[in-house]
Amino acid sequence: MTKSEMAEKLAEKINIKKQQAEDIINIFTNSIIEALARGDKVEIRGFGSFRVRNRAEKEGRNPKTGEKVHVPAKKVPFFKTGKDFRETVDHKDEGGAQA
Amino acid sequence: MTKIDIINRVAEQTGLPKQDADTAIETIIALVKDTLSRDEPVILRRFGSFQTRAKNPRVGRNPKTGEEAEISARTVVRFKAGKHFKQSVNNENPA
Repeated sequence: MTKSEMAEKLAEKINIKKQQAEDIINIFTNSIIEALARGDKVEIRGFGSFRVRNRAEKEGRNPKTGEKVHVPAKKVPFFKTGKDFRETVDHKDEGGAQA
Repeated sequence: MTKIDIINRVAEQTGLPKQDADTAIETIIALVKDTLSRDEPVILRRFGSFQTRAKNPRVGRNPKTGEEAEISARTVVRFKAGKHFKQSVNNENPA
């Protein structure tokens, strides 16, 4: 599902214009990006949480040349799936998922 | 930040009543869950993608007791952040 397809479904389900649905999806994703960019975390019950994980610097190797390269420390966005979401995805064959 | 903060922001920026903003966010979350439960990916450009992954069964260990335990095969959700999102958390985006 792409953003455009999601906007169509959202517009249809709650009876708004597709453009407004797309705006809402953008506000949703931008809110999460901005929260993590300022070091905050985002917790959405039943869905999951987004937080920043720190990756330490390391000595890597160029897989092609075998040359050593320094990989600096960096931050990466991380999503931890919430219990409800995890169970919906894992137990879909047991009749637990909604259509 | 929680869902309420996102709902408030949607209401502010769109002029929708909070009740409708709440319904919209709940619907987005439900769409992501339903799509993943059919093993289809959700790809939101600039933000990232959600995808399911099948995990093989493996033998794990209880870190407290050291006892071995079988971890059954399962399907898990994986989120891969997009380039823009990754750059943002490293403060690499202009404004």
